[in-house]
Amino acid sequence: MSTSAAAPSPQPARVVLAEADIDRALTRIAHEILEANKGSKDLVLLGIPRRGYPLARRLAAKIAATDPGVKAENITGQLDVTMFRDDLKRQPTRAPLPTQLPATGIDDKVVVLVDDVLYSGRTIRAALDALVDLGRPRIVRLAVLVDRGHRELPIRADHVGKNLPTSSAEKVRVRLAETDSVDGRPVNEVVIEDRTA
Amino acid sequence: MSATPNEATAYLVKGAAIGSGAAADLLIRNGVITETGTGLSVAGATVIDAEGLVAVPGMVDLHTHLREPGREDAETVETGSRAAALGGFTAVHAMANSSPVADTAGVVEQVYTLGRKAGWTDVRPVGAVTIGLAGERLAELGAMADSRARVRVFSDDGICVHDPVLMRRALEYVKAFDGVIAQHAQEPRLTDGAQMNEGDVSAVLGMTGWPAVAEESIIARDVLLAQHVDSRLHVCHVSTAGSVEIIRWAKQRGIKVTAEVTPHHLWLTDELVRSYDPVYKVNPPLRTDEDVQALRAGLADGTIDIIGTDHAPHPSEAKECEWAQAAMGMTGLETALSVVQHTMIESGLIGWDDFARITSRMPAQIGRLQDQGQPLEAGSAANITLIDPAARWTVEPNKMATMGRNSPFAGRELPGRVVATFYQGHPTVLDGSLNTPRTAEGE
Amino acid sequence: MRHLLSTEDLGKDDAVRILDTAEEMAAVSDREVKKLPVLRGRTVVNLFFEDSTRTRISFEAAAKRLSADVINFAAKGSSVSKGESLKDTAQTLEAMGADAVVIRHWASGAPARLAASGWIDAAVVNAGDGTHEHPTQALLDAFTMRRNWARINGTASPGTDLSGMKVAIVGDVLHSRVARSNLWLLRTLGADVTMVAPPTLLPVGVAKWPCTVSYDLDETLAAGPDAVMMLRLQGERMNAAFFPSTREYSRRWGFDDRRLQALDSHGLKETIIMHPGPMNRGLEISAAAADSPRSTVLQQVRNGVSVRMAALYLLLSGETHAAPATIQEAQR
Repeated sequence: MSTSAAAPSPQPARVVLAEADIDRALTRIAHEILEANKGSKDLVLLGIPRRGYPLARRLAAKIAATDPGVKAENITGQLDVTMFRDDLKRQPTRAPLPTQLPATGIDDKVVVLVDDVLYSGRTIRAALDALVDLGRPRIVRLAVLVDRGHRELPIRADHVGKNLPTSSAEKVRVRLAETDSVDGRPVNEVVIEDRTA
Repeated sequence: MSATPNEATAYLVKGAAIGSGAAADLLIRNGVITETGTGLSVAGATVIDAEGLVAVPGMVDLHTHLREPGREDAETVETGSRAAALGGFTAVHAMANSSPVADTAGVVEQVYTLGRKAGWTDVRPVGAVTIGLAGERLAELGAMADSRARVRVFSDDGICVHDPVLMRRALEYVKAFDGVIAQHAQEPRLTDGAQMNEGDVSAVLGMTGWPAVAEESIIARDVLLAQHVDSRLHVCHVSTAGSVEIIRWAKQRGIKVTAEVTPHHLWLTDELVRSYDPVYKVNPPLRTDEDVQALRAGLADGTIDIIGTDHAPHPSEAKECEWAQAAMGMTGLETALSVVQHTMIESGLIGWDDFARITSRMPAQIGRLQDQGQPLEAGSAANITLIDPAARWTVEPNKMATMGRNSPFAGRELPGRVVATFYQGHPTVLDGSLNTPRTAEGE
Repeated sequence: MRHLLSTEDLGKDDAVRILDTAEEMAAVSDREVKKLPVLRGRTVVNLFFEDSTRTRISFEAAAKRLSADVINFAAKGSSVSKGESLKDTAQTLEAMGADAVVIRHWASGAPARLAASGWIDAAVVNAGDGTHEHPTQALLDAFTMRRNWARINGTASPGTDLSGMKVAIVGDVLHSRVARSNLWLLRTLGADVTMVAPPTLLPVGVAKWPCTVSYDLDETLAAGPDAVMMLRLQGERMNAAFFPSTREYSRRWGFDDRRLQALDSHGLKETIIMHPGPMNRGLEISAAAADSPRSTVLQQVRNGVSVRMAALYLLLSGETHAAPATIQEAQR
């Protein structure tokens, strides 16, 4: 192969979900959650840092909007799974983030784990282990904004914003206004980038 | 052994600069420089092309630890004198802290004989001042002086003769045979448990400090004692700016004091101890840069008379441990020339004539060695070191002749290389490598 | 962070990260299940060349809460005291597969030596070396101070430093690894430090330290410190002419009842009294001071486990040096 041939021009990041798409997807998931649970009783939404947590808050806000008896902050929490990962030796050191549970705790609750992208399933495996040490929920469900496939464990999501068939050479980036900005501007979008470039 | 009487060979060294002076040829025959001049040509002589090299009188070390007898795992007279030859030395003074201590005529004669047998350099035993270096009773200094080893330098080096009365008596007594007491100046109570120079670095590292005053107070006392009894005093390994001041003051008063500095104290500082690498652990300790500069200035102006290597080889296990557990000392024979060239000559403080003074003439004079330290002229004993001042080399302790691997200069690039060493007319080193030992007469 | 050897070479980001991580570890310690699986299958060796039951137990608890296997190696009274060298001991631990070595040694610099020697590949944690440093003690002290400082200022402590805090460290500074480690860390975190000691118990060279030096404890207390840290006075100092008598020492440099009342009369409501333990009650600290609500001695012990968990986690969780060059991206 000629090395002087022009390198393939890197695929520009491709937007697969824009701000309005994300919002629509979350609205639908919120309804699904309420439907599956037959209401908001005993619901707890636990976001997985970093981007699962803002998504959990948005979902909780949507749920609270449909059910005046619910206060969003009372059913939302953050579940840090850093200490339960199985790949710590392969990653740069990461400092754990706080785990914060709603005052009601999680015993006998219906816990919905919320994350941005479902990929290998290892994060969710870690989250399930972390949950066990914190209490005993009645049911655990999983809601994700994007399911990109390539599962390495027998784990599936109960609520999916969008199924995205991807190749493993691609990278799915979720940007949320709460955690991300581009050129100093907060953005809400999901993009696919080619990592081989 | 070889049947060839190797002194019979004539050597013609052509074109070496004589110290700081012009280039000249040196004809060596029967252990003596027989002729100097330019354009010499002698039939049958082995010609050594010394263009670009510097010739100085064979270097004399007044302060070497050869470890034999007793610590042959650290060094032997054979290995130590090979290192000496490679380092350009035609005479070394073997310190008395062997095991048994060199405190009797028997031990000093043993070391002397081992040196003669080795044949790489003139091994001159130093006699202990006190029995067993215990600092309590004088050793038989006269017997050692009268022995075949003809000891003139006496020292308890490693330990200070701290009892002022004993020091006074020793200074007085050696006058009977023109001896000199070489003092290891270290007040023992002020250095109890000391690990390194006491100062900014020891404060941070949390190591027991070795105050400069522990050295300076002993030197101050000793120069006053030497003055009082009109005796010769030599101060080993001066390491502090204050010591230089005291010695300068004493010399101005006409006190018969001479002083030595090691190559490592001319360069290295206690900042290196931050690594906690025991290769930098030495007695006296590495001091500050201010001290280094004062030592260089004192050496340049003659306050400090000589370079003494304090070559102190140790087996690797003595250094592969915690700092506090490690032995004190550094090797120095094979790096002395280069370190002095780097610190003193290339810094512009001295020239090669001064180098000859501080590494040969003065140490020979202090040790009363008749056939060492002589000028490179016809009639002088042929003890000559040929140096390539333009050479550069990287210190690799594993490649040294000494058994000690504890060189603090490991990995550093140094200037200057010994090309040849003539010991009583015989080349112990040629082309920078060991040649053959000189076979002693009658053996 | 490959090793934790001193606070002198610990950057502010790393220091704050350890303290923040310790906050999360402290939260775990409050749970019913006080254990994390994060160091499962890793081996932590406590290599103690000097007795210190407290420090060893603290490290042991920390390692066990992270699910590591713990081997305690009391080198005192073992083959080590019979001439086995640090090198041989290190190589033995290496052969046993130690991932971290927590070393306590009577000789200053021994942990640094172990880390730099190439004898062992494990992460080295300095658990106190001679009179040099005791970095995890300083970190737990800073953690304790930070929590109090944040409480006074009405802020949350994660992410914050100690800017503006005034700390007095009192006692045998010369022989104290705690004082040294605290000084460097407190400076890094922005606190002002005053060392209070008899002149004989300050090192030559202290003038170059980034702190104020005082011989007068009363004057220092009147200046309104936010924390007063009393150092332990070792028994062997008493016979080495550092001071005339323990009574005189206590009177001038001990935190006695009179000085406890002085804090009140100076209006210093929030000033805390710290001690790394074990305390010599009645010597450097009075019983009333040690047991007063100002005392953080037990908080310090509790925080010690959290801080050591954080240190072990951060040292052992990152990429190992044998890791492949291509690092997989953290993709969920």
